[in-house]
Order: sequence, then C-alpha cells, then structure tokens
Amino acid sequence: MCNSASHTHDHDHDHDHSHVSVVENIMNQNDLLARHNQKLLDASGIFAINIMASPGAGKTSVILKIIEELSDRYKIAVIEGDTAPVTIDADKIVAAGVPATQINTGGNCHLDAHMMMHGLDALDLKGVDLLIVENVGNLVCPAGVALGTHANVVIASIPEGDDKPYKYPNIYRGIDVILMNKIDLLPYVDFDMDYFVTGLEMLNPGLTSFPVSAKTSEGIDGFAGWLEARILEKRAA
Amino acid sequence: MHELAVTQNILNICQRHATQENASQVTDVYLVIGDLSSIIDDSVQFYWDFITKDTICEHSLLHFERIAAKAKCLSCENEFALKQLMPCPQCHSARFKIITGEEFYVDSIKINKNGENHVQ
Ligand SMILES: Nc1nc2c(ncn2[C@@H]2O[C@H](COP(=O)(O)OP(=O)(O)OP(=O)(O)O)[C@@H](O)[C@H]2O)c(=O)[nH]1
Ligand SMILES: [Mg+2]
Ligand SMILES: [Zn+2]
Repeated sequence: MCNSASHTHDHDHDHDHSHVSVVENIMNQNDLLARHNQKLLDASGIFAINIMASPGAGKTSVILKIIEELSDRYKIAVIEGDTAPVTIDADKIVAAGVPATQINTGGNCHLDAHMMMHGLDALDLKGVDLLIVENVGNLVCPAGVALGTHANVVIASIPEGDDKPYKYPNIYRGIDVILMNKIDLLPYVDFDMDYFVTGLEMLNPGLTSFPVSAKTSEGIDGFAGWLEARILEKRAA
Repeated sequence: MHELAVTQNILNICQRHATQENASQVTDVYLVIGDLSSIIDDSVQFYWDFITKDTICEHSLLHFERIAAKAKCLSCENEFALKQLMPCPQCHSARFKIITGEEFYVDSIKINKNGENHVQ
C-alpha cells in the first residue's frame, strides 16, 4: 500500500487532475431500491404502509388493533424493524394470526429500502392485501428514508408531549397520515392539542389525522376505514 | 442521526463516479447539505476518514456547503429564514412552502487520473 505523504507530488510527470460534476442525491441508491420495492408490491396488488414513531408510542399496539379490525376481510402481513434480535413485537403479531417477519437492523436507527427488500423476500406475499411495516422506534432517523411503501404514517402519542412537531419537524413532513395515540391519557397529561395541530399544519397542511387509543380502541375504526379504502383502490387499479 | 449510513452512501457515489472517470484517486468531495437535514458535519467527517481507508477516496477532503433553510409565505409571498418552526413573521400565516434547506447531494469530486497515486 502506498501511503507516504511525500509520494503525491515528488514526480515530475503530469498529473491529470480534474473536477468532475456529480450532482447525485445522497439517498439516490436507496430511492431507486425503494421504487423497485414498490413495483413489486404493485405487481402483487398490495397496499403497504410504513409506520414511524418514537419508542413506545404504540406502533405494535395499533397494528394489533388494525389486525383485529381488518384481518377477517383482508390478508395482512407485517414487517417488524428492530435494532436488536429480539422478536417480541413479531411474536405478538404472529400470535394474532398474521404472518410477520423481523428485520434486525443491527443497531441501525431506521429501516432502509435494502432491508425492506429482504423483508419482502422473507414473506409469502401471495394474496396479501395490506402490508404493515413497523419501523424502528425513532423520531428522527426514519424521516426521508423511503422504503417503497405507499403511505407513511406517524404515530404521535399523548404522553410524548405537544411540542414534538416543533422539535422533530422532519418526521412530519412528507407523511400521509398521523395518529395521535393514547388519547385515553389526555385527562392525565398536559397536552395542548391546538398547539400540536398548529405545528403540524405548518409542516404538512391538511394532513389526514386520527386521534386514537390502542387501549380503548377509540378512533381505530377511522384509521381502519382509511386503510380499507386504500386496499380497495389498490384492488381496483 | 444516522451519519454512518449517510457517509457510506457518499462513498458509494464517489466510488461509482470515480470509476466511470477512470480516476486513480479522489482528492476532494464537495457536498451540498441543507440545514433541514439533521446531519452533523463533524460526524460525517469522522466516519469518512474511517471508511475510506484502502479505497480510492482515502485521504480525500470533504467540503460542506451548508444551505440555510428558507420559506416562502403562501399568503403574502414574504421569504423568511426558517431557524425554527414558526408562522410568517410578516402576516402570521401558517401556510408556507420551504424553498431552500432540503439539499442533500454530492455536487462534485476532484480526481487524479495518474495511475501511480492510487492506493491498492
Ligand atoms: N394508555 C395507553 N397505553 C397504550 C396505548 N397504546 C399503547 N400503549 C402502551 O404503550 C406501551 C408501548 O406500546 P407499544 O405498542 O409496544 O409501542 P411501540 O411503539 O411498538 O414500541 P417500540 O416497538 O418498542 O418502539 C405499552 O405498554 C402499551 O400497552 C394507548 O392508546 N393508551
Ligand atoms: Mg413495537
Ligand atoms: Zn405572510
């Protein structure tokens, strides 16, 4: 290996230096793979969502409720992203009678399109109507990392506080649906819904939102209805 | 944030373009990054020095061009700096569109084509 500092410029012969234009988005390769994933989903007639939220916001709990609401009529599959090789969440999904595969990100703070591709490989997609991806619990990193799903969903939970859109703005931009989960806790927490929604409106005007409780099931039917409409659109396409 | 993953993407892009150009060495990498991305330059630099060992990009310099976040009000067309999430300072409308600050790309690289400089 050549690593002597003097080497570079002690020759007399011409060095051919040039400045080459690149102009390539840093996420370009990921986005290409994401498009590939989406084509695969489209070819199978599957509607897919990417659920993002901080740890403990209630991603798995909401998914279980959606399974309750929809799995008698539609075939659902789940990809669980976790930073460690623990299958707690995936086990809960499987126990609810829905196929799930777990992607261990090896400490990585978000799923990416490449991991998603492996998740798709691991699942039997035949007949599946709805694919739910539970991203790694994180309010920063999954933003802007496309997986190839058709809709991005954020779950904000009441105990996290009403200032999250102001502190973590990126996650709320470019999403299609937001759930405000744990509304059963509103009486116990100082959460100013107007302040929260004002921040949200600046980042993502007119965003579809559902206040829900995965504990009492309040509001879950609204989100399930939204999903059902998307599933039927996909079937009709 | 996920600087390691981002830095790996940058390296892949540089390697691919350098190979296309038959480069033997990449000496400089120019990045354009908007302030709305939560990337820390120092961490990218740290990972860069580490992951470029034994590659065509070893010892190359990273240059960051940072772009400030700016918004344009959809009501009064006022352009304002978006240091934090806030309504239009002129008319207080909460409807605006972000016009700069989302940049996130490798703009260019400087390369050597002299075959003797490269690291094996
Ligand atoms: N009171 C109340 N508790 C809830 C609600 N939804 C979830 N929880 C509780 O919140 C905790 C975390 O829920 P999970 O569904 O595991 O959250 P998660 O987002 O999947 O968490 P990670 O996968 O670890 O990031 C559990 O103790 C749930 O029982 C809700 O609507 N109300
Ligand atoms: Mg979970
Ligand atoms: Zn204005």
